[in-house]
Amino acid sequence: MSEFALKTELPKYLRDQQQSIEKIARDFGLDPFPTVFEILTYDQMNELAAYGGFPTRYPHWRFGMEYEQLAKSYEYGLSKIYEMVINNTPAYAYLLEGNSVTDQKLVMAHVFAHVDFFKNNYAFRATDLDAGGRILDPIRTQQPYEPNRRWIDKMANHGARIRRHIERYGISRVEDFIDNCLSLDNLIDPWQRFTGEPEAAREGEDEEAIEVPRLRAKPYMESFINPAEYLEEQRKKIEQQREKRKRFPENSQRDVLLFLLENAPLEPWEHDVLAILREEALYFVPQMQTKIMNEGWATYWHSRMMTEKVLGADEIIDYADNASGVLATSKGRLNPYKLGVELYRHIEDRWNKGQFGKDWEECNDYEVKRHWDMRLGLGASKILEVRRLYHDVTFIDEFLTPEFCIEHKLFTYAWSTRNGRFEIDSREFLAIKEKLLTQLTNFGNPFIYVEDANHKNRGELLLRHDHQGVDLRHDYAQEALRALFRAWKRPVCIATLSDGRAVHIRFDGKDHSTEDNV
Amino acid sequence: MSLKIDQDHNRFRAIVRGRIRQNLKKYISHGELIGRKGKDVVSIPIPQIDIPRFRFGEKQTGGTGQGDGEPGDPLGGQEQEGDGTGKAGKDAGDHVLEVDVTLEELASILGEELALPDIENRGKSKIISAKDRFTGIRRVGPESLRHFKRTYREALKRMVASGTFNPDRPVVIPMPDDKRYRSWKTQSEPVANAVIIYMMDVSGSMGDEQKEIVRIESFWIDAWLQSQYKGLETRYIIHDATAREVDRDTFFRTRESGGTMISSAYKLCNQIVSDHYPVDEWNIYPFHFSDGDNWSMDDTMVCVELLKKELLPRSNMFAYGQVESPYGSGQFIKDLRNHLGEDDRLVVSEIHDRDGIMGSIKDFLGKGK
Repeated sequence: MSEFALKTELPKYLRDQQQSIEKIARDFGLDPFPTVFEILTYDQMNELAAYGGFPTRYPHWRFGMEYEQLAKSYEYGLSKIYEMVINNTPAYAYLLEGNSVTDQKLVMAHVFAHVDFFKNNYAFRATDLDAGGRILDPIRTQQPYEPNRRWIDKMANHGARIRRHIERYGISRVEDFIDNCLSLDNLIDPWQRFTGEPEAAREGEDEEAIEVPRLRAKPYMESFINPAEYLEEQRKKIEQQREKRKRFPENSQRDVLLFLLENAPLEPWEHDVLAILREEALYFVPQMQTKIMNEGWATYWHSRMMTEKVLGADEIIDYADNASGVLATSKGRLNPYKLGVELYRHIEDRWNKGQFGKDWEECNDYEVKRHWDMRLGLGASKILEVRRLYHDVTFIDEFLTPEFCIEHKLFTYAWSTRNGRFEIDSREFLAIKEKLLTQLTNFGNPFIYVEDANHKNRGELLLRHDHQGVDLRHDYAQEALRALFRAWKRPVCIATLSDGRAVHIRFDGKDHSTEDNV
Repeated sequence: MSLKIDQDHNRFRAIVRGRIRQNLKKYISHGELIGRKGKDVVSIPIPQIDIPRFRFGEKQTGGTGQGDGEPGDPLGGQEQEGDGTGKAGKDAGDHVLEVDVTLEELASILGEELALPDIENRGKSKIISAKDRFTGIRRVGPESLRHFKRTYREALKRMVASGTFNPDRPVVIPMPDDKRYRSWKTQSEPVANAVIIYMMDVSGSMGDEQKEIVRIESFWIDAWLQSQYKGLETRYIIHDATAREVDRDTFFRTRESGGTMISSAYKLCNQIVSDHYPVDEWNIYPFHFSDGDNWSMDDTMVCVELLKKELLPRSNMFAYGQVESPYGSGQFIKDLRNHLGEDDRLVVSEIHDRDGIMGSIKDFLGKGK
């Protein structure tokens, strides 16, 4: 691969801008990967965006669908993509041809902050590869840290592999199987890379007679020191543990796709396709985990770099016009760019003034808190630390404060059945925080685990939905089960709640059924 | 540029058209591109295939927002899902702009999406209107119509010819003789007029959802016909056992209870056409929406007679849309098909739910009448 994936190098005046903006970014303490900029026409931009930013992907109709949506909304003047940046080594960033120089400079500043975030945020270590292109276990990453993230090459290889399968088995068969895998591709464990590989299978232990350990006692004290009920209870506990060991998987498993890869009777090409789709799903996980932080970070820095160093007096209006569009909160919705950047500013301000720690937490005097300023100047280093160690959930959990909610007029809203509209529900800090965290947790996906691979002792696959208040969408669940059946090739079912009743939704290869789970 | 998007795009189009992969057909939906027309937010129909996954059923779980207001105040804007789901992070910054779309643009988008043919005028264009068009240039005229470019060109020609033009100091000064003015011609154009007469069943069995479907559908029909005819009038008739003419607002709000006599509406429609819209000057489009329940077979036969003798011969097209409701028997559409099925001026369409709207518009307008 040449240095430029699409051979569309920047013209000189933009290359000069790139160099000077990169220097400014590094002077501010940012530490991005080397970044390759390319400039694209809107059509190329739409094509590339449809492929998720990667010039070569496997063939699939949904990329064509994405393309149609992007192309239409551009042609009808509804939206346009200003920039795209790919978490890769080197990082790739794409500029839109025909934007004003002011816009291009803004985008470059924005991009360098994104790339800094890719390199330094811990969640993104889950996308590190080894020399052979396999995903590395981030916990075992060596120092000094020089990651390899040649995902553009990796995705291109995936494309080549799937094209080969298509040549051999036909487009319909392969595409149909890909659709099946896509139906299941939210059933991965986003934190798996940080919990280590799943435990190796246990060596076969002999079944021993159950013997409950007793305390030593004189015979006449025996019934008091080791009461019969207690012994019986212990015996049951051990029995249960043994029973559990016989179960498979031993503990519920979050990564359903991995479980299928290791245990489902897949043909070699199916195995390959599923493995590819799982890896690609894992690649996009960190970007979902850090949407608010990542966008906030890029917005924070482009605004500082632009207003403090880059802009000329003749550009400030154009810049402000564009920036206000990006940060606008439309009709009461929360804008992740805005929430992120304001939280970073809030943190910086608090750490500059020393508004943290035990004394601050325990202070109840509003006036004292308002004028609290210890002149510590720790803000700059604090936000660099935050961008390294947090992701959206911990970011909101730790740094969203009641003061912030009041200052930025945050609220929760809910559907009012009585009035048939969305209404403002509450301005309570805890309610806002809970709602935000709920939205972010697992990216709005249900928690689903593999529970039993030998359900009813008939080799059926049982999944369990950890019900946290919201039911599954029934028809979609049925279709997802159909896809699961395609991989497992035995009847499949999922245990969940429906209107408060415990049910099993089941698919046996021909028919769907829903039965009460007793 | 070696991208292969065309291949994927063609495959997607083939799936949408139902040529391949029939098993995906049930996941195709329309909508989602949000545009804006004046105060109204409109969604531009584009096909989408939703891959089924395990996910939450309730959409209306709420979310967090930012801005002024007290608890209990309504949230502005349209119903949208919270930002909770979604495929965040695929690309870092696609900023959605809201833009004004004119009704004309909307209509052409609709026409393009549904591949609607332009309407063939059936020769009712007797009204002539006069129009002025700028077509030429002359030497005299009012200063307000002076043609700047032509004037300077004349001046330049003159200066070059007379040798006073200096290329090192290219100053061109027009003299009165150089001045050129736009001139116009009056043209007469035939004007085609059209009237849409909407009729709707407002008996007890038509619920809010059914009316909303009619409202959305009539919005698009208006948009399309307005793009085809310069002077478009709309009339509204509601009926249960009796019919009356109302304004647009009342049309969508009224809810009556009681029986249904469809013939009452057809009689009134016929009356309006006879009184106001002479057939040789107007293109006439009656649209009738109901849930398909009529009071009696006798009344249905009155409707059929009325259609056969009066309404069909006068209309460009008579459209009947049957909206599915939990109460309606849906018999009327079958009767129409039985008695008038072979008449191609009658177009009938069944609308099961909101997703059926686009298909039904295509039924109505796809014939180019």
